[in-house]
Amino acid sequence: MNDKSITTLKGTGVSVPGNDIDTDRIIPARFLKEITFARMGEYPFFDERFTQEGGKKDHPFNAPERQNASFLIANDNFGCGSSREHAPQALFRWGIKVVLAESLAEIFAGNCAMIGLAAVTLSPGDIHEIQKAVDDDSSLELTLDLKTKKVSCGGREYGIEIPESRRKALVEGTWDSTALLLSRLDKARATAEALPYMNQFNSL
Amino acid sequence: MAENTLYNKVWNAHNVGTLPTGQNQILIGLHLVHEVTSPQAFDALRETGLKVAFPDRTFATCDHIIPTASLERPFADSQAEQMMEALEKNTEDFGVPLYDPPTGKQGIVHMVGPELGLTQPGMTVACGDSHTSTHGAFGTLAFGIGTSQVRDVLATGCLTMDELKVRRIEVNGTLADEVTPKDVILYIINRLGVRGGLGYAYEYAGEVFDEMTMEGRMTVCNMSIEGGARIGYVNPDETTYEYIKGREYAPPEDEWEKALAWWKTLPSGEDAVYDDVVVFNAADISPMVTWGITPAQSVAVDENLPRLDEAEGDLKKSYEEAYAHMKLTPGQKAVDLPVQVAFIGSCTNGRISDLRAAARVLKGKKIHPSVRGIVVPGSIPVRIQAMKEGLDRIFEDAGFEWRQAGCSMCLAMNPDKLQGDEISASSSNRNFIGRQGSPTGRTLLMSPAMVAAAAIAGHVQDIREINS
Ligand code: SF4
Repeated sequence: MNDKSITTLKGTGVSVPGNDIDTDRIIPARFLKEITFARMGEYPFFDERFTQEGGKKDHPFNAPERQNASFLIANDNFGCGSSREHAPQALFRWGIKVVLAESLAEIFAGNCAMIGLAAVTLSPGDIHEIQKAVDDDSSLELTLDLKTKKVSCGGREYGIEIPESRRKALVEGTWDSTALLLSRLDKARATAEALPYMNQFNSL
Repeated sequence: MAENTLYNKVWNAHNVGTLPTGQNQILIGLHLVHEVTSPQAFDALRETGLKVAFPDRTFATCDHIIPTASLERPFADSQAEQMMEALEKNTEDFGVPLYDPPTGKQGIVHMVGPELGLTQPGMTVACGDSHTSTHGAFGTLAFGIGTSQVRDVLATGCLTMDELKVRRIEVNGTLADEVTPKDVILYIINRLGVRGGLGYAYEYAGEVFDEMTMEGRMTVCNMSIEGGARIGYVNPDETTYEYIKGREYAPPEDEWEKALAWWKTLPSGEDAVYDDVVVFNAADISPMVTWGITPAQSVAVDENLPRLDEAEGDLKKSYEEAYAHMKLTPGQKAVDLPVQVAFIGSCTNGRISDLRAAARVLKGKKIHPSVRGIVVPGSIPVRIQAMKEGLDRIFEDAGFEWRQAGCSMCLAMNPDKLQGDEISASSSNRNFIGRQGSPTGRTLLMSPAMVAAAAIAGHVQDIREINS
């Protein structure tokens, strides 16, 4: 455990219903032209939140009572499509610390893990129940406990799924993997030397 | 878990070891870099004083923001210019070769790797782009990654990863005339769904893939991600080796036999064990067209769009959402779908064979007066080859614009965009809402020949009726 360790997270929720919400919808490509992530928090779901003239549309991320939400509740295949890390960065910088979904696209889930955003899955029934509870009460507090693998809200507990290695990385604070991989660079070099295409195919 | 598949062999050869979390440390043998997902990663290296660990396994090009009307510098779009300058500086500072337009080798990153012969069987490939799956056509494990992972690969040559399951997708028999690799993958995604591949690597096999060209295999592997599979691959064979031979980074002559000997050990064994096997029949596949907002929402071109009363529950909801965005009528004929813009290009279908197929349809014809069309070759070598063959003339005579190489209207980060709710016939890979640059824009995915046919008619056409 270290100062990056993430075990328990508490907060209120915002649900964004719908299956197959892709990363182009989470952050349109034109915002990828910025060479830092600094302003990404301004853009999540931009085209669904604002008209082309800049007017506000009806969207959960625009609701005044949801501005402090840190749990995003989503449905099936959330984050599919492009590998842009700008998508989890946009959510994270807006304030989302936890994504609860029925299922998560692979690259998106990996990107979340890399920045310490806890993205976990629950059964469709549980997600629907949580969405309803959250929709009914914007001040409802949710708790994610990565040690017991449970989400609690409104006096109920729900089991979560997350690949064990990702859970451990969050809990042990090793999700920011560069340092760990750097410490094993000699091992990587040894593996590289043994690969035929890295040694003129002499290791066959 | 799967055993003795190509996936297992390549994974094991690159597995540096198990990390305390239980994840694997996977060595990346080829790292491809482009301008959009790398600046923050290079900055992270700078901030921490790190170097690129394997600079001779790292290559860069520029594709996403490149304007395709004029390459004159500075680019008119100051953000694009800034991004380009960042890439130039980063590759210079960190000693990474950059294949930009003046080298004559620039193009969409997933075209440049194969064209240079960088992509070879048995490698692990990573790139900050989800269509990295394209490189699986060569029997590689090719992972699309995010920017923090780009940082890890730059700094350490490795990724932390969990092993995937492997699904073998066999397509047997012979494809009918005018049924292309694009139709094959659209069909597979239609059948298995956009979430079907979650947690899987897709191995494409069977007679159809044995017979398929490398360019076709790239088209199929490219869209694995649209089916939810992070990677897809085809076992390497003579077609693969033939394609690689003689390319700039191919094993030189004195290493060739040794390379071949290794490559031939890689394909999945007769005794391979899969987590899942799905078998399709080539005869069931027709030219396909999407009508909705996910790549699985497609029909054979001679069919009608689904009716709402054919669906219920979640499926019905997703149909309703798709129809609301697409402003199309449930049950209408696919060939009646209107088309206002025609886009030929992208890492799915921007190769020379794609341009030839489209040009064959367009030769001596004019596109409909209400259609605007652009052809964007996937790379400079493709552009040059096409011009040698006179394809540019065919496109221009038909009324298409002939452009420089890049991603262009596949994702509209450059000035090429749909306007308002324009509806495009596109040879690209994603029909997501807003994908082609207008929040209300609409996209119909199809093969390049079908895009050409739709451009002529001003609506979707059955290519079998045109080319027969
Ligand atoms: S052509 Fe399209 S899908 Fe391919 S890399 Fe470019 S933007 Fe991505």
